[in-house]
Amino acid sequence: MIRVPCPHCGERDETEFHYGGEAGVAYPADPGALDDAAWSSYLFVRANPRGWLRERWFHGAGCRRWFAVERHTVTDEIRSPS
Amino acid sequence: MSRLPTGGTRIDRSRPVTVTVDGTAIEAYAGDTLASAMLAARLPLVGRGVYSGRPRGIVGVGHEEPNAWVQVLSRGGEPMVAATALEVYDGLAVERLAGRGRLVLADDEVRHDALFSHWEVVIVGGGPAGRAAAAAAVDEGRVLLLDDRPALEPLDGVSTMARTTATGLYGHGRLVAVQRRDGGDRLHHLQCGRVVLATGAQERGLAVEDGDRPGVMLALAAASYVRRYAVLPGERAVAWVAHDPGLRAVLDLADAGVRVLAVLDVRDRIAEPYADALSARDIPVHLGAEVVGTAGDADGRVARVLTSAGDVDADLLVVSGGMNPAVQLWSHPGGRTRWSDEVAGFVPVVPDDSRVTVVGAAAGERLDRTYLPPATRFRSSVGEPERIFLDPHRDATLHDLRRAHAAGLTSVEHVKRFTTIGTGADQGRGAGVLSVGVLAEELGRPVGEVGTTTYRPPYVPLSFGLLAGRNRGQLSDPVRLSQLHDRVAHAPMEDVGQWKRPWYFPAPQESLDDAVAREVRSVRNGVGMMDASTLGKILLQGPDVGVLLDRVYTNLFSTLKVPQVRYGVMCGPDGMVIDDGTTARLSETEWLMSTTTGNAAVVLDLLEEWHQTEWPELDLTMTSVTDQWSVVAIAGPASRDVVAALAPGLDCSAEAFGFMEWREAMVAGIPARVMRISFSGELAFEVDVPSWWGAALWDAVAQAGAAYGITPYGTETMHVLRAEKGFPIVGQDTDGTVTPYDLGMGWAVSRKKADFIGKRSLARADAQRPDRRHLVGLVPVDGSSRIVEGAQLVAHGADLTAFPVPMAGHVTSAYPAGHDGRPFALALLDAGRDRIGEVLDAVDDLVPVPVRVTGPVSYDVEGARRDG
Repeated sequence: MIRVPCPHCGERDETEFHYGGEAGVAYPADPGALDDAAWSSYLFVRANPRGWLRERWFHGAGCRRWFAVERHTVTDEIRSPS
Repeated sequence: MSRLPTGGTRIDRSRPVTVTVDGTAIEAYAGDTLASAMLAARLPLVGRGVYSGRPRGIVGVGHEEPNAWVQVLSRGGEPMVAATALEVYDGLAVERLAGRGRLVLADDEVRHDALFSHWEVVIVGGGPAGRAAAAAAVDEGRVLLLDDRPALEPLDGVSTMARTTATGLYGHGRLVAVQRRDGGDRLHHLQCGRVVLATGAQERGLAVEDGDRPGVMLALAAASYVRRYAVLPGERAVAWVAHDPGLRAVLDLADAGVRVLAVLDVRDRIAEPYADALSARDIPVHLGAEVVGTAGDADGRVARVLTSAGDVDADLLVVSGGMNPAVQLWSHPGGRTRWSDEVAGFVPVVPDDSRVTVVGAAAGERLDRTYLPPATRFRSSVGEPERIFLDPHRDATLHDLRRAHAAGLTSVEHVKRFTTIGTGADQGRGAGVLSVGVLAEELGRPVGEVGTTTYRPPYVPLSFGLLAGRNRGQLSDPVRLSQLHDRVAHAPMEDVGQWKRPWYFPAPQESLDDAVAREVRSVRNGVGMMDASTLGKILLQGPDVGVLLDRVYTNLFSTLKVPQVRYGVMCGPDGMVIDDGTTARLSETEWLMSTTTGNAAVVLDLLEEWHQTEWPELDLTMTSVTDQWSVVAIAGPASRDVVAALAPGLDCSAEAFGFMEWREAMVAGIPARVMRISFSGELAFEVDVPSWWGAALWDAVAQAGAAYGITPYGTETMHVLRAEKGFPIVGQDTDGTVTPYDLGMGWAVSRKKADFIGKRSLARADAQRPDRRHLVGLVPVDGSSRIVEGAQLVAHGADLTAFPVPMAGHVTSAYPAGHDGRPFALALLDAGRDRIGEVLDAVDDLVPVPVRVTGPVSYDVEGARRDG
């Protein structure tokens, strides 16, 4: 069980949240200008580090807000993004 | 009886109880475990090997027990409970097992539950180390000490929980424990600031030929039976040990009255206090000696112990190979261990800043009266490998382990899977480290290099009933009912998400097919009514709603005028259809979106995600209003007459109230929003009223429609009606690989918009392949054979035995009868739109039905009926 620090509600159980994958992958400003490789990279390619990862969480059973935290993928240590 | 006249720290001699083992009543005392009661009653065996059928006896005293599994018959029953962990109660009835229990199908007589709580410090284990840790932590706040023994001495400033076994330790200080209670067990979810593991150590045995007989027991376990339950596990004993605590146990047994005939220590010397104590009791000691086998009596019980120092007639062989620190909980969240020669066991490696710490024997600290280091020893040096059992629970032997090695397996994880050692209900608590040690010997590698298998929760078996707790029956999942449910509750129901929806409305003795055919005829020729309240409704408010809708729908919405309604298709960024529905513009800044019944929460989540994470600058809010509205759909050529009768103030003519428009009106005296939308292709109206008027509206529609023969219809008829019009159901006719173009809905995809979610993906070459799977219709060539939903489409006459049979597509929706009484279906078919008229076989269970490919629309192709 991970305890996720919601910036609005405080630290809560993982089960109250949806996981949203790597944070900071912005929807391209002009998708039509991207070639297939660049577009598929946006769609499918995500960082998979052994270590700290900035990721998105959604507090679906709480404030219903999306936010980002940093989580260590080996230890599950979790912290607010710097 | 082998019960001593006095003593026993855990039994209450003033409270005798009777338990039944395989129909035989035996006497016990409150505080006994089933195992101690059986030993006291001298029951010769507790079970048999699961594959070998060899007789087996009680080996341990706790969770390390590999043999003593029983089927509980009383209190509703439970399969495979360890007799060493089962507290007796009056009326307890069990059956002994051959290594495998039986599923109990009866309802639990007890009700389990769950409790969440928060603690600054939780200590697992109530032995001396745990109590010391608890006492030292009292100033830190809420401190809990838990242990699975029947009772705990109170401790100032510390909450205690006895009869409680910690079963799993997870990240961020979450501990799960099960508390055994008479009225039903309780699953505790403990959120802990820090955790102290004082879980002690588990004794491990020494493997030897025929060392799996009843009467072979762990030495410390045997001593525990004397101390806790005043039970003598045998009369004439031989002891075989590899560490000082084993010698201590031998002395305890001797002092309790067991005649110890010989002690064999694998080590070359023993400490003076033990040498003196054994000598004082005239117990012969053989150093550097070992047991090499046993011989049994007619029941298979130990009768003679064969040793390197001579054979001895005995009814008990106690062995003790060493102590395994109980590191299972430590390992659950990923804690590392290392082999320690000083401990002759795996000990936890605890980082300095760890929230979880380990104390006492669990950390490898020596037990009392330990003078010399233990030997690292796992088995006797001789013997027949097929009769040297390493894991008696799984009936796995040294021979099996050697076969794994000979097959090329050297990793402990692979050997575990090959031999099944450690995969039984005891999860290797008894056999795990011993088998690792033997494997290391076979490989000629240090034990620490071989390492242990991965310990995973739960530490002890948990019943499904406990995990379900109170979330069973009606409480297992919420049931959502529309506000007018009691008006339609007599119909058979279909589950759609969490909603109950009327499936069809049979007349007395009427079949599903007949009822649906009648309902379809009513809507096509007269008028029908259905409860459409369950469809998802999302209210979007704000000046930028149109911008959002333009981005999430494939077609254009911002141009929609009040009071219009538009149908829209939603795609994911990958261009595949994820939902569809209509959206009405209620005012300049208010829009009402409808979604499919099962997908409402998903769509709301998606809209919020896009709004919050990508376009927070858009000024809008969104709210689920599904439960705020009751909706009755009135469909069929006579629907206009019914609505006109209900709403005299509303001009329902096609000229005044166009298709895909909405009006506010009083309907049967109820303030309502009326929409001209149709999911059947017929002239149709949908009447939305505040939810609490749902039943009144239903009654009024039924009354006003009576003159026109209005017929209530359910989801099955709705599906037939929409399928005849080729309207897909997202999730039934689509599966996440289907684009709007595949559905033939290119008309709903805007070419003018610069972008919408999915547009870039729809421009990929693959999305534009002409041979993609398209939605098509199917009719049986003979006009009467039923087509089966899910059937595969193959070439007509294809040889179904020539694997693999090329698949051209599959049937997504199939119905026994449309408006013309004939079967029809929808399907996804490779290049389907180019194959209209072609004959294929729809194959289900190897039975081919010849079908002809048609367009997806099989009724009112020109769309002439929607205005009545």
